[in-house]
Amino acid sequence: MSASTHQTETLARFAPSAARRRRDTLARRIVMAGTILALIPLVLILYYLVHKGIGAWSPSFFTSDPTGNTFFGGSKIGGVKSAILGTIEMVALAAAISIPIGIGVAVWLVEYGRDSWFAHTVRFFIDVMTGVPSIVFGLFVYIVLIVGTGSSYAGYKGSIALALLMLPIVTRSAEVVLLLVPNGLRESALALGAPRWRVIGRVVLPTALPGMLTGMLLAVARAAGETAPLLFTAAAANATTLNLRAFMNSLPVQIYNDITKPTDAVVERAWGAALTLVLMILILNMVARLLARRNRLA
Amino acid sequence: MTLPPDPGSKVAEMDPEGRPEVHRSEAPPAAGPADAPAGNARQRITGETAPIPEPQPEAGPAAAPAVQLEGLRAYYGDSMQLKGIDLEFRANEVTAIIGPSGCGKSTLIRCINRMHEEIPGARAEGRVLLEGADVYDPSVDVVAVRRAIGMVFQKPNPFPTMSVFDNVAAGLRLTARRRENLNGKVEEALRGAGLWDEVSDRLGQPGIGLSGGQQQRLCIARSLAVNPEVILMDEPCSALDPIATLKIEELIDELKQRVTIVIVTHNMQQAARVADRTAFMLSGELVEVGPTETIFTKPSDPRTEEYVTGKFG
Repeated sequence: MSASTHQTETLARFAPSAARRRRDTLARRIVMAGTILALIPLVLILYYLVHKGIGAWSPSFFTSDPTGNTFFGGSKIGGVKSAILGTIEMVALAAAISIPIGIGVAVWLVEYGRDSWFAHTVRFFIDVMTGVPSIVFGLFVYIVLIVGTGSSYAGYKGSIALALLMLPIVTRSAEVVLLLVPNGLRESALALGAPRWRVIGRVVLPTALPGMLTGMLLAVARAAGETAPLLFTAAAANATTLNLRAFMNSLPVQIYNDITKPTDAVVERAWGAALTLVLMILILNMVARLLARRNRLA
Repeated sequence: MTLPPDPGSKVAEMDPEGRPEVHRSEAPPAAGPADAPAGNARQRITGETAPIPEPQPEAGPAAAPAVQLEGLRAYYGDSMQLKGIDLEFRANEVTAIIGPSGCGKSTLIRCINRMHEEIPGARAEGRVLLEGADVYDPSVDVVAVRRAIGMVFQKPNPFPTMSVFDNVAAGLRLTARRRENLNGKVEEALRGAGLWDEVSDRLGQPGIGLSGGQQQRLCIARSLAVNPEVILMDEPCSALDPIATLKIEELIDELKQRVTIVIVTHNMQQAARVADRTAFMLSGELVEVGPTETIFTKPSDPRTEEYVTGKFG
């Protein structure tokens, strides 16, 4: 018997059986099919967005406010400038409220609260908050800040509703990332004789920053796409305003109002606004990723 | 009275008298002259009477202090991990702590700079005297203790977001020390850790881009930058290759001119190479402490002999 025959026989011992091979192939195909199935709606959504929305785009779409006249076609209906700026303003304010608070809560939970009963209670309520439907936040702000104070709709009230919605997302994601920071880093900074707050500020938070950025983005993207909390807090408006105490337009509310109108041009404007919203979030996402990459050394 | 440090001496040079120190009553005195705590005397004097003239080592500005543990007990929750340790770490000496896994070596040194209490549910009792002052005294600021007693950990852990320079400067920045001459202090610390020549041209690059051995020396430089009087090392070479280990060991030998060093090690050869004195621990108790040579050649306790000859552990 030659050496090569011997080798073949030895290798045959390790060869998978025919049944094993079939099961392997089957399992691979099932997993692959699931992946494709999940991709179908995603691709279709993007396709329809571009297909239906791109037609509405024109320079005046971005530079003019809606006229409020929804019964005539063409350029008389106006663009979505006030909605784009309103969304940016309200989401920025909501982020400015919820991100510092959320990270503060996460730092407390990870660095101080740890396993105390109060920390567990806080975590429980954050989880509950994550599951609260967004319209409930809108209702809450409506009851407290509009009915409660007897005042009217305002952009900042919309921001507060959005901030409430973002808070649990920011907190939970920041907590997960802070837990990933190796304990050895905290210990070696503490062992240098650094006070705890400085260890957190100089070592723990910078290390966790790229990961926390992802969570913040998720929250911003979520808030930017919400209609329900804004409907009866910021309401809708036609004119662009930088005054957060005034009625304020936003892309989701604009879409909501436009899509129900009978005029084709107005419905098309809704599609255009939806495409704009998705693109804004995409750009924000890429910018944040670039920033995170530059911050992470090595 | 021959007292270290002798700047010219090499590490394995033993106290010629080979004084063993027996701390636990059940351990019989070893061979050699009876207990003569000359080293203790010097330290006890330092705070209380006129300073005795002592040879100033060239490398350091002043002699480092001694550390004394008195009845040190450490707990994790309800379980007692250290069962009353009395031990002295002499000034400007390297003391190695050896013993099998889980015997409390790491817990012991973490009690010295009060890092032990950072673990939830952990606490310590007893006294840890740094130059006569109890670091567990209620009036003591734990942050100040850790500035005086530096620590190097098992795994090299440079701050990942910081450059080589910033890692060393971190000690100064994190503790809000005076910032003037930061460059000079960083260079001095890097030179002190024997790393300057290797990294002087890439101070701006990330600290975690260095090799494992360089990272560990970077961590040593980081603790040196805040000018500690004592450095605790928790198995500093266990993640390193033999060449990197050798460099750290040479460094330890140089550093003891400036600081008092306590090193926990699993590696008995390492203890024999670097330590002036060695302490053997077992199940949270100190079995024996004495000059390294005595511990390894004629230990007084049979358990020590069994461990150092490799019968268990």
